[in-house]
Amino acid sequence: MSGKLSKLWRKDGTKSVVSSLISILIGLTVGAVIILIMGLANSNLGLRSVWEAIRLEFLGLFSTGRGAGGVLTFGFNPVNMGDMLFRATPLILTGLSVAVAYKTGLFNIGAPGQYLMGTAFTLMLALGIPTETVPAPVVWVIAFLGGILAGALWGCIPGLVKAFLNINEVLACIMTNWIAANVVTWIFDGSVFRNTVENTKSAYIYMTSHNGVQTAKMGLDVIFPNSQVNGGILIAIVIAILMYILMNKTTLGYQLKACGSNRHAARYAGIADKRNIVLSMAIAGGLSGAAAALYYLSGNTEFFWNTYQSLPATGFDGIPVALLAVSNPIGVIFAGCFMSMLDVVGQQITNLTPYNEYISDVIVATIVYLSAFSLAIKMLLTGRRKKKLSETAAGTERILTGEAPPPDETTAPPDRGTVEKGGDEA
Amino acid sequence: MTFLIQQTMLYAIPLMIVALAGVFAERSGIINLALEGIMIFGAFIGVLFVNLVQQAGIFNAAYEAGNWIALQGFELLAMLVSAIMGAVFSLLLSFASVNLKADQTIGGTALNLMAPALVLFFIRIIASQNTLQMATGNAAGWFMIQKSDFGYGRNEEMGFFGSTFIDRTYLATYVCILLFIILSVLLYKTRFGLRLRSCGENPQAADSLGINVYKMRYAGTTISGALAGMGGFVYALTTANCSANGDVAGFGFLALAVMIFGNWKPLNIAGASLLFGLFKCVAAAYTSIDINGDGVFLLAELGISAHFYRLLPYLITLVVLAFTSKRSRAPKAEGIPYDKGQR
Repeated sequence: MSGKLSKLWRKDGTKSVVSSLISILIGLTVGAVIILIMGLANSNLGLRSVWEAIRLEFLGLFSTGRGAGGVLTFGFNPVNMGDMLFRATPLILTGLSVAVAYKTGLFNIGAPGQYLMGTAFTLMLALGIPTETVPAPVVWVIAFLGGILAGALWGCIPGLVKAFLNINEVLACIMTNWIAANVVTWIFDGSVFRNTVENTKSAYIYMTSHNGVQTAKMGLDVIFPNSQVNGGILIAIVIAILMYILMNKTTLGYQLKACGSNRHAARYAGIADKRNIVLSMAIAGGLSGAAAALYYLSGNTEFFWNTYQSLPATGFDGIPVALLAVSNPIGVIFAGCFMSMLDVVGQQITNLTPYNEYISDVIVATIVYLSAFSLAIKMLLTGRRKKKLSETAAGTERILTGEAPPPDETTAPPDRGTVEKGGDEA
Repeated sequence: MTFLIQQTMLYAIPLMIVALAGVFAERSGIINLALEGIMIFGAFIGVLFVNLVQQAGIFNAAYEAGNWIALQGFELLAMLVSAIMGAVFSLLLSFASVNLKADQTIGGTALNLMAPALVLFFIRIIASQNTLQMATGNAAGWFMIQKSDFGYGRNEEMGFFGSTFIDRTYLATYVCILLFIILSVLLYKTRFGLRLRSCGENPQAADSLGINVYKMRYAGTTISGALAGMGGFVYALTTANCSANGDVAGFGFLALAVMIFGNWKPLNIAGASLLFGLFKCVAAAYTSIDINGDGVFLLAELGISAHFYRLLPYLITLVVLAFTSKRSRAPKAEGIPYDKGQR
């Protein structure tokens, strides 16, 4: 029995799960400590509210408001659960976007831009095609695919400049993000899609339900009544499983990952590295576009179009989701749900205590910070093991597993794509 | 013309100083993607300091008496505080990337996520809204240098030089320019600067000559953090009426673009930031810019959308990168954690 356990312990996946759980725990603790410090420093808040906020931070998903005597009550709350699943939908997809790019050696910080482009095209198609002539489900499909395509094309740009001009994809992504923010504002400024019916809402686009287009509930509203949940979450999960199959069970996935671990070695092995870099950015962009499409096609979400000064947080939140899931597509489903749970928790804290929802962003940032070096430590561990292996097997192991040849002096292992032949890249 | 120059300076100077912040980090071998986050944090700290000092009433007497020199001192103090706290905040990045050899891109992203979250969490509790403002008055009343400070009357002119560079300006702008020059000299003409740069090019060689690479990288990132924090406050002071709302409208990322556009060299960066500042200014105020003073608003009559001017800096950066990427000289060892045992 203990032998089995230690075998399980030695597995790479187990280590990843454990390290992610530790990150989550530390992140939650940091959040609790900040609440405590704030409560002690500010005499208006009081210890009672500190204790309430901390309890909500850990158990907010099961919060059912305040019972008799103003005591916090906990239990199964279908609205919270449904909202969590609803908000998890775009997070799972942007998380997949970042994760797939990361597996192929690219850091896709361009998800916000791809998400915005996806939003713009989804909304234009969903609101622009008259449902009198075209049936609403067909419009839905067209808008969904249009969003994916827009995201994919926008994602291609950093991929292209990376592959052919050797520009660092992080910088290209940041630039395309802000270009997208301005382009989207430009598209909707003065367009017919602006919500002019409700005067109180300036700078909002109509909901897609204005045109009768919305995602089917697929029976989820029966399980979680009164919440925002719809069939989008099921579509997101299916996409995640498909991505898992693509990355781990197909030749294309193998090629993409090979390019990620060492672009030059992959080319030496006869893999079209440039094509694969563009392709993986296109897939990543498409996933971000899908995230936007599913979020805005739900029929109950509105898009604030005057967005040129800020980028959508959902895009950036893909990064923590992917890091928490260690870039595993199946893990992304759970990480996405966890992130949206924090979102719900933040809402509960805002509603029920003097604290506010930004505490959940602090927790997320802490988790990202931790994952920055948990990754490095893991690399160190596996690196050491490999060194021992290569001593005994005289390098045959490396060739068998398709690993990179030993790096030369100017390239640091492991080649993650950010630094190649230093200096060539801008 | 006066308006155009003043507005351009307003945008260009924070960009310039934050881009230099990026240079210090990258020249020492650390990619500082967290410029945006540190700016947000610095802006918050500076505004909070101003707010608290105002509440304590320390400078109220000087304000009542119109003692503008004391108020400038207050401004400098706020800049100093935001610089110190910016440096402290950046230690999170240095610790992760130097001591723990973490992925610098992710570390920077973490700081970029952390800063607005923390800042908004505090602001909401302190101010019960999403913006923290000065306790009393406004930035122009407290900190702007006016011609009346020099005994000029309402209808008297200061001349072109005076009205462009003295009237209605902030001392912070000139402090930033001065710091920019001093630090550029430091980077290129002193032993410390040479050592710092060597750690970004070939840390192994630097180490073999007895230079402590870890210390140098800490120094580079800390200077970077201080400059970015100060730049954040200067941005909040001069363009946002001394208020903080957990957002600097992508200025930190724009500064990164300026840094790359300027090829990691201070003089080019100064030029690039002026160019970018000009675009920002044109986008913000193109309908009211009268270039040669003949009453014709040329840019407004061209009929190009403001959105186009806004996205132009980013587009130009991308295009310039595309053309110069072969010649572009990023520090060689940037982004690679230094490992003593490595060949």
